[in-house]
Amino acid sequence: MGEFREHIRTPDGQVRAVTRPRQSYAGVALVAPATVPYQRYSIQTAHWWIARALRMALDAAGLRPGDLDGLSMASFTLFPDTAVGLTQHLGLSPRWLDHIPMGGAAGIVALRRAARAVQAGDADIVACVAGDTNHIDSFRQLLSSFSRFQTDAAYPYGYGGPNANFALLTDRYMQEYGATRADFGRLCVAQRDNALKNPHALMKKQLSLQQYLDARPIADPIALFDCVMPCAGAEAFLVMTVDEAERRGLPYATLAAAIERHNAHPDDPIQLRGGWTMDADQLYQMADCGPPDIDLLQTYDDYPVISMMQIEDLGFCAKGEAPQFVRDHDLTIAGDFPHNTSGGQLSAGQAGAAGGFLGLVEAIRQVTGTAGPTQVPGARRAMVSGFGMINYDRGLCSGAAILKGNGP
Amino acid sequence: MSALAELSQALASGAVRVVDLTHTLDPDFPVIVLPPEFGQCAPFRMEEISAYDHRGPAWKWNNFSMGEHTGTHFDAPKHWISGRDLPNGAVDEIDPSVFVGPVVVIDCSEGAAQNDDYELTPDVIAAWEAEHGRIPADAWVLLRSDWSKRSGAAYLNLRDDGPHSPGPTPEAIRLLVEDRGIRGFGTETIGTDAGQGGHYTPPYPAHFTLHGAGKYGLQCLRNLDQLPPTGAVLLAAPLKIKGGTGSPLRVMALIEG
Amino acid sequence: MTQPLTPPPKKNPEKRTLSPTLPPEARSRAAMGLTAAAAEGRFALQVCGECGATLYPARDACNRCLSVDLRWQDIDPRGELLAETTVRTSTNLYFRERAPWRTGTVRMDAGPVVICHVHGDVGPRARVVLSNRLDRAGQGVLLAMPEAPTPHMEDDPQLRAMTSDPKLRRVLIVDARSENAPAIAAALLQAGAATIFAGEAQSWRPNPQRAALLALGVQLLPLDVTDAGSVRELAGEIGGKVDILINNARFMRPGGVLQRGDTAFAQQEFDVNVLGLMRLAQAFGPAMCARTADGVNSAVAWVNILSAYALVNAPEFGSFAASQAAALSLGQSLRGEFRASGLRVMHVFVGPTEDDWHQPLPPPKVAPAALAADLLRGLQAGLEDVHSGDVAKELAERFRAGPKVLEREMTMGGRS
Repeated sequence: MGEFREHIRTPDGQVRAVTRPRQSYAGVALVAPATVPYQRYSIQTAHWWIARALRMALDAAGLRPGDLDGLSMASFTLFPDTAVGLTQHLGLSPRWLDHIPMGGAAGIVALRRAARAVQAGDADIVACVAGDTNHIDSFRQLLSSFSRFQTDAAYPYGYGGPNANFALLTDRYMQEYGATRADFGRLCVAQRDNALKNPHALMKKQLSLQQYLDARPIADPIALFDCVMPCAGAEAFLVMTVDEAERRGLPYATLAAAIERHNAHPDDPIQLRGGWTMDADQLYQMADCGPPDIDLLQTYDDYPVISMMQIEDLGFCAKGEAPQFVRDHDLTIAGDFPHNTSGGQLSAGQAGAAGGFLGLVEAIRQVTGTAGPTQVPGARRAMVSGFGMINYDRGLCSGAAILKGNGP
Repeated sequence: MSALAELSQALASGAVRVVDLTHTLDPDFPVIVLPPEFGQCAPFRMEEISAYDHRGPAWKWNNFSMGEHTGTHFDAPKHWISGRDLPNGAVDEIDPSVFVGPVVVIDCSEGAAQNDDYELTPDVIAAWEAEHGRIPADAWVLLRSDWSKRSGAAYLNLRDDGPHSPGPTPEAIRLLVEDRGIRGFGTETIGTDAGQGGHYTPPYPAHFTLHGAGKYGLQCLRNLDQLPPTGAVLLAAPLKIKGGTGSPLRVMALIEG
Repeated sequence: MTQPLTPPPKKNPEKRTLSPTLPPEARSRAAMGLTAAAAEGRFALQVCGECGATLYPARDACNRCLSVDLRWQDIDPRGELLAETTVRTSTNLYFRERAPWRTGTVRMDAGPVVICHVHGDVGPRARVVLSNRLDRAGQGVLLAMPEAPTPHMEDDPQLRAMTSDPKLRRVLIVDARSENAPAIAAALLQAGAATIFAGEAQSWRPNPQRAALLALGVQLLPLDVTDAGSVRELAGEIGGKVDILINNARFMRPGGVLQRGDTAFAQQEFDVNVLGLMRLAQAFGPAMCARTADGVNSAVAWVNILSAYALVNAPEFGSFAASQAAALSLGQSLRGEFRASGLRVMHVFVGPTEDDWHQPLPPPKVAPAALAADLLRGLQAGLEDVHSGDVAKELAERFRAGPKVLEREMTMGGRS
């Protein structure tokens, strides 16, 4: 305390923050991970999916809606409502309310803010929930008005949506670091293996590397199994004090560290790294551990190249070495580097903003030993990473958290 | 039996027939061409107002527009500078009795077939009178050239030096107007004057002389080959346009037999 | 390498003609700066008036210094292709029907990194020249072109989707009597047009251009824009195979309002120049709009040749200029009405031409061949606004610089 934030500019032009020591998240408990089983298409609304997730989380914690005094909500398809409208719709009277429009980073950001609210006493029990519906054609409509830069400068160019954006990043990544499609395939095949153990995963068939390589091209070099399947679904968890969780006898995870960053490295001509590179050191410092201490990693995997980037930027290997890393490691639940243990979005499905919660909710289960068929033995320290919002040519939001628990 | 009753009977029995001397008003029918810096006569144009549709559910009608001197038309004295100060020189002022009267036809079709610039001269008139008698006073005189059987570019017959079509010489028109006292003069061509009539003295002698003397013109006539040299009656009533210098009109002739 | 286009087979009458679809047309107001530049074939991007940074995508504030003083300026269009993809499936119907579609990321020498269309002849990681084009939605888009011309490069399907190239298309030149008709026909045939029709009004009058047009193989057909029936009749005859319509019909006489004692010439000026355009559009427009996705020889452009004085009145030709302003306005209306089809309206603003009515004016004047060349370039580039001749170009510049000042200069005789 008493130190002031200052910025330095490194020789390569990037801005790096030198900050006061972050306060710990001590005393904060993450409980009641809830997943509403995904559906490819749903005639229900986001309100319906969010209500179900909330109810599941409350039921799991033995709480009633009136017990909540904080709500954090993330959704793309709630329009024209926001978190505010949702309070009346669902009959909640929170004294702390948040709406996180950050897509794949929504889980981490919601958690950071809720944790601070609970620490500060602004709220006692915060429900963090994300959910979206998926009607036939709603994904196309969602795309059509995603951001101004997308509208102005991306959609008119082939309208490939995120597929085309990530195809460009993937093309460049392959050129730059010598990654092959098979490298991405290894990651996807391992996740499918994990998904087969997750009863809620939408993808239920084994995927071979050859099937991956032979798949229908979507936007070169992206092919069918590089793409997530949009679907309807919802995820939720509760944030409360450790005291409260213990008083109620709830298995809980604690938050060892968390970071977020937006619009990092704006001068990189094409995104080969994310905001994690600016904050990962602090993440480990705060959690008082290093990459080898992480028992499992949940990356945000809308495309395999992004998972590779996270593996690098979060320090599991050097920049550009993720292709070799996935060749050298077994990324399945039983492997030496358990990764996206529920199958990730690539195999479980991408339920809109809930995709930004998927890894976090799964990580809470893992470190509390409640993951069931996807449980990683000895999982006590999990890293969760979030990434989101392709505003134009790259994802702008990044975040990561390290959760701890007593394990299975 | 009264004269009109007799006429009605003759019309009914076919003893008197009606011949239509009028061209159809068609957007494609030629109009006179003047040097482009001069004002031009508007061609016939028609725009639909409605046709049993949303613009008028049960009826069809059109607006049309054209010049006073478009298609088969009548020239009043006011049309030419020589007739500008004459009393009753506009179409609405002319005594309607003028619109019905005797007509003679001078057949120049043979000459016109051989010479686009065929001239109606006093000699031609004299030859005609030798055969058919003196042209009666206050009669319409029509110049038959079979020009109405031409179409397209052959009708105006424009060349680099202007149009070429038959017409009267200054002497011939003076003869008809001053000596014979005709009511008016009509042609199958675009004007009462020859295509090259601008090169006479005075220029356009038919227009100049006819209208200066309060006489009338008819042009763009057809079916003159169906009329006898003498003995027919012409019906030619222009629209009653206030101050009008001419008018498109339906021209008919009554013939016997 | 681009495969040269081949003449399309005769249309299968049992097959439904593809409905026109458009690429995404929504843009922010700022982004329309690209459209404005593309309409004239300029390559311009936003530049910060304070720090000089070149910005893309278009913004409302500088992302270097937060200045809101942003101006569109012509920019060095060169760059390097950093990454590329070929989109093989899209949720957008337009691109779905045209897949595969090549796009890429280009780092411009001027700084910005842009996502753009990529011409088929651009090699991987190659140096490129960006061009700013109107797409079928009429919006400005960036297209990376090879640094040097390649054989048949104009036939690249992505490029052709943005241009109004007359190659293998059928063209109607409205007025076969105009001095410019033979020159336009010759230029279009030279550029590979499949068929040229030319409309001839008043076939009972000699047409001094007739021999030249017939010698070129032009098909002369009766058409008089002042006669609704004639326009309808020709549209009924050939309306389904006009891919480019060039409205060169023009009636002009010198004089403003007071110099003329009547409205007779003005009526003709408006009848030919304004109502004639309207009659043509009513007769030919719907069929052309329905055929904008009809393969190699789809309907693609509607061209109005206008006087440069459509932008600002020249009192020596005051009444004529007024009719040109009205025609320009009508053309803008057509842009709105044709919008859903993607049929492009191109205006060729031409300065005083080498003809009878401009004979008393001093040079420079636009010769028919020069007008035809500018018109052709406009079609090939897919432009909306072409300024033909030095007078037209200068007038457009002066108009952009300040319409009121230009108006005063014109009322004072054209010069300050």
